[in-house]
Amino acid sequence: MGILDKHKVLERNGTLLLVCSLLVVTVGGIVEIAPLYYLENTIEKVDGMRPYSPLELTGRDIYIREGCYVCHSQMIRPLRDEVERYGHYSLAAESMYDHPFQWGSKRTGPDLARVGGRYSDEWHLDHMTDPQSVVPESVMPKYGFLSDTLLDGEYVGELVQTHRLVGVPYSDEMIDVAQADFTAQADPDSDYDALLERYPGAQVRNFDGAPGISEMDALIAYMQMLGTLVDFSTFIPDPSR
Amino acid sequence: MSKKPEQQEVETTGHSWDGIEELNNPLPRWWVWTFYATIIWGILYMIAYPAWPLINGATRGVLGFSTRAEVAADIQAVAKANAAIEAKLAAADLTTMSADTELQNYAVNAGGAVFRTNCSQCHGSGAAGAKGYPNLLDDDWLWGGDIEAIAYTIRHGVRNDTDDAHYSEMSAFGEFLEDVEITQVVNHVMSLTGQEHDAGLAATGAAVFEENCASCHMEDGSGDRDQGAPNLTDAIWLYGGDAETITATITNGRFGVMPAWGPRLSDAQVNAVAAYVHQLGGGE
Repeated sequence: MGILDKHKVLERNGTLLLVCSLLVVTVGGIVEIAPLYYLENTIEKVDGMRPYSPLELTGRDIYIREGCYVCHSQMIRPLRDEVERYGHYSLAAESMYDHPFQWGSKRTGPDLARVGGRYSDEWHLDHMTDPQSVVPESVMPKYGFLSDTLLDGEYVGELVQTHRLVGVPYSDEMIDVAQADFTAQADPDSDYDALLERYPGAQVRNFDGAPGISEMDALIAYMQMLGTLVDFSTFIPDPSR
Repeated sequence: MSKKPEQQEVETTGHSWDGIEELNNPLPRWWVWTFYATIIWGILYMIAYPAWPLINGATRGVLGFSTRAEVAADIQAVAKANAAIEAKLAAADLTTMSADTELQNYAVNAGGAVFRTNCSQCHGSGAAGAKGYPNLLDDDWLWGGDIEAIAYTIRHGVRNDTDDAHYSEMSAFGEFLEDVEITQVVNHVMSLTGQEHDAGLAATGAAVFEENCASCHMEDGSGDRDQGAPNLTDAIWLYGGDAETITATITNGRFGVMPAWGPRLSDAQVNAVAAYVHQLGGGE
């Protein structure tokens, strides 16, 4: 029992105990966290992923502000029932530009990882305004007030810049024209070719059908792009992962 | 207080606080063995399953377990079990399918599951629809109610971005008509279903209707399925049949969108949902 006798030294010396505890925790941290930085295959490469457009990013901020993640997950697990209900299981690459990711851990409402394109914009508007009008059994609160706040995207450049700061590859150009892109995406009559070049696959519409860009527009733009970027017809999963 | 059991002499730790000594009882046997067992379990688990991160990836584990392989096998197993009937369903001639009882039963049940997963959010879990989302139980169809037409609508949708989608557009007549003309048309439309209306306004409204509305809704208001123009004479309303709603519909137009499900569902699934919707009650 020699080692237990030495333990006495630790227990009687507070500072030493603290230092040694830290060392033990550090070992655990290194084993669990460090590999994520050097393992090449943590995020497998897929075609189609791009950073969020300014309007989508704004919608994502509203999603976070309203706490949507409390009831909705964005993470389809590799289980047959989930794949059949929601579509292909989520890939790490699909949240590579999410800071923070919105995987969530609770599903009071359904998973939203691939909700994009499943319903019409009008449905999203109706459902956000009065969920029970389309899904009577729903317990979701009403979010109609999102239509009341109009946005001009004054600070969207800073928002994009902040996301670059934490590692999203936005270019200088994307930051410079962020506000213009923000307004162009909600206006089908705008000249949006450059926007589509910067953000391939972005959907340009007046999402809520009402004049002006409201928080509702931004949130629906975000909803409608969720899970639509990766082309799964060209994706071959590595079965060993 | 219960009487303390007779205690045998145990060693103390040698600690003493104000004369109170700390007994040094050994840990219970069962606890110690459970503890050792968990350590052994942990080691075996690390050998059996993916565990340690190395330079180029984690150790694979001798069982070769992979979540992806497992879900692929799960899906494969069900697909294999249903392969024959799924192939039959995908290739089925929809109009004569109901003669094959086994196929029809399979299609209706599978279609019901697909419907509840994908369609119920708009059309309701009982398919009774909601304001702006058609009721599929009645015999009023915007784009056709025979099973082939239903399958087409499911596959291509309505007014979405895909090429083959049903498309038509009701203009916002607020831009073309005076308010009084709109009131007249509203009264005419309400007269078609025998609702309370102003006969004088309705009479003048009939002329406005003929000039502006009849090209899609037909002169008698019976609608045109080729253009998805609703029948206005059957008292079944998508957005509402009161004067206020009809006025809003005429003033602002309507543009209901249904996504194309062809890209998301397999051919067999589209046929299954078509069979399910067709047998709900209104199928032609």
